[in-house]
Amino acid sequence: MSSVKIELRQDQVDKIHSICDSFGNQEGELINVLHKCQSTFGYLPAEVQEVISEKMEMPAAKVYGVVTFYSFFTMIPKGKHPISICTGTACYVRGAETVLNEFKKQLEIEVGETCEDGIFSLSCLRCVGACGLAPVVQVGDKTYGRVAPDDVKGIIEAYTG
Amino acid sequence: MSKYSKNINKKQIRIALRNCGIIDPEIIEEYIARDGYHALGEVLTRQTPEETIELMKASGLRGRGGAGFPAGLKWDFARKNEADQKYVVCNADEGDPGAFMDRSILEGDPHSVLEAMAIVGRCIGSDMGYIYIRAEYPLAIARLKIAIEQAREYGLLGKDILGSGFNFDIDLKYGAGAFVCGEETALIHSMEGERGEPTLKPPFPAESGYMGKPTNVNNVETLANVPVIILKGAEWFSSIGTESSKGTKVFALAGKINNVGLIEVPMGTTLREVIFEIGGGIKDGKKFKAAQTGGPSGGCLTEKHLDTPIDYENLVANGSMMGSGGMIVMDEDDCMVSIARFYLDFTVEESCGKCAPCRIGNKRLHELLQRICEGKGEESDLVRLRNLGEVIKDTSLCGLGQSSPNPVLSTMDNFPEEYLSHVVDKKCTSGVCTDLLEYFIVEENCIGCTACARACPVGCISGERKEPHLINPDTCIKCGACMEKCKFDAVILK
Repeated sequence: MSSVKIELRQDQVDKIHSICDSFGNQEGELINVLHKCQSTFGYLPAEVQEVISEKMEMPAAKVYGVVTFYSFFTMIPKGKHPISICTGTACYVRGAETVLNEFKKQLEIEVGETCEDGIFSLSCLRCVGACGLAPVVQVGDKTYGRVAPDDVKGIIEAYTG
Repeated sequence: MSKYSKNINKKQIRIALRNCGIIDPEIIEEYIARDGYHALGEVLTRQTPEETIELMKASGLRGRGGAGFPAGLKWDFARKNEADQKYVVCNADEGDPGAFMDRSILEGDPHSVLEAMAIVGRCIGSDMGYIYIRAEYPLAIARLKIAIEQAREYGLLGKDILGSGFNFDIDLKYGAGAFVCGEETALIHSMEGERGEPTLKPPFPAESGYMGKPTNVNNVETLANVPVIILKGAEWFSSIGTESSKGTKVFALAGKINNVGLIEVPMGTTLREVIFEIGGGIKDGKKFKAAQTGGPSGGCLTEKHLDTPIDYENLVANGSMMGSGGMIVMDEDDCMVSIARFYLDFTVEESCGKCAPCRIGNKRLHELLQRICEGKGEESDLVRLRNLGEVIKDTSLCGLGQSSPNPVLSTMDNFPEEYLSHVVDKKCTSGVCTDLLEYFIVEENCIGCTACARACPVGCISGERKEPHLINPDTCIKCGACMEKCKFDAVILK
């Protein structure tokens, strides 16, 4: 799993336990449990998965298998302002790749990485269903439509300036 | 309103989208005022489940998620399988990039889906329904939650609905970003908290689905059609559309087209009507090149298909498929080889890895395309692409692998010259594949300042002072130094 070990505080362990309990510790609710935990911790590090596996009485390998199968779950902490670039077909045809490259250049990180200062992280997602606004970029909950490479700098500055 | 607005509405019939944008989706009374839940009342009080199923069969409604299986028949299978518990599942895992009709229906008219699910429940003998929805659609989730709560308050969900003795309730299950979960067996495994890997059919979900019980899975758009069919009758519905494909289809028009958005047209409408009349033609007056339907499972339709009526059969016959109804329009600036690579990129990432043809085969297909786009392809690669593509189609476990080579095979069929120019001449005529582009000096812009020639590390630029210069493509190493130095935009990539 991940190389950096993190120490979970007791209140964090309790929080995970209470999430598992709220879904009756049922195996079939694993994905819902993971959704809840990810929205609480921001990501799903190995330690969180271990606590879930113990509490729900299933192998850690199974929890890990599910976490890594679905692209929505991540084991890397996201930045304070996660940037997602839609690379669905409509966005691709309208130049999402050039926008993505501009973000990579400006932030000096690759897709799936987080800036050293933890402010931004960069990811791609498959179609947010806003094809009319292609190409689309999301920063946190805010959506930017018809983004051109020239707009990238301004978007980043809106969160740093 | 644009000048195209008249044509936008003329060709459209709104059945699945009948309430979208018209009612407030958070107020159940507005849905009821537009005949909402009347169909459920009709089914519960005036029809036997068998009669309702016969009506659905007669209407000719087919699954709108992609494969086009007759809905009434599916219900009939689930009904005939006896069990102590059955489930109704709504597939709202709209993973096809470029399609957003399900999101629009769930956000704009959530009750139509709830009502239809209760009707399915009555028909197959189930008291529990689940909506499997993508976590990427937070607004749709919020609206569904409100709608379910309101329907319960009105006694339209829950125990003894409308005093008929029929019980039915609905809950949500969340996806977590996996395209393969649109496949019904994979979706069911995901609902059970497992990795969303598909399993061989049979057994079909109608025999053994969620928790091993008979389960009926229908797509959002299919369900949205159901209440109207019950109220207006099978004859009315089957009078719309073509011989084999009845009713309407919602398409998500996107890409290089003037009017972007959702449209709902009768089956059998031609591509020309969709793109040039409703869609208002190609952006910036460019030339139409292709329309991609069916997403990563589909193929391209070209100019010669413009007058073909769009229905399930015709799309398959032309190497594409209906899919969920994404329609991406491309113009002369789009390179079909790189579009095929784009789709393979998607498939490789989304393949669940369970079966070898899909896991390994698509990876190899992608590598071949990557090579071709980089100008390292050979003519024999084209034969390899085709053979491999056909093997993957024939041997993959589920619908994802069985259709993933379609974007490659269909672009090869329709644009053979483009593939050839990539591998033989090493040229990308649309100017997309940067590795195949050549630096070129535009004579009119060049003032002969010699800046480029001095910057060129291999000395391949020749020309007298104050005369237009020339790049020798045979010795050029494509470093781009000349383009950087030129102050007159005379150096271009072509």
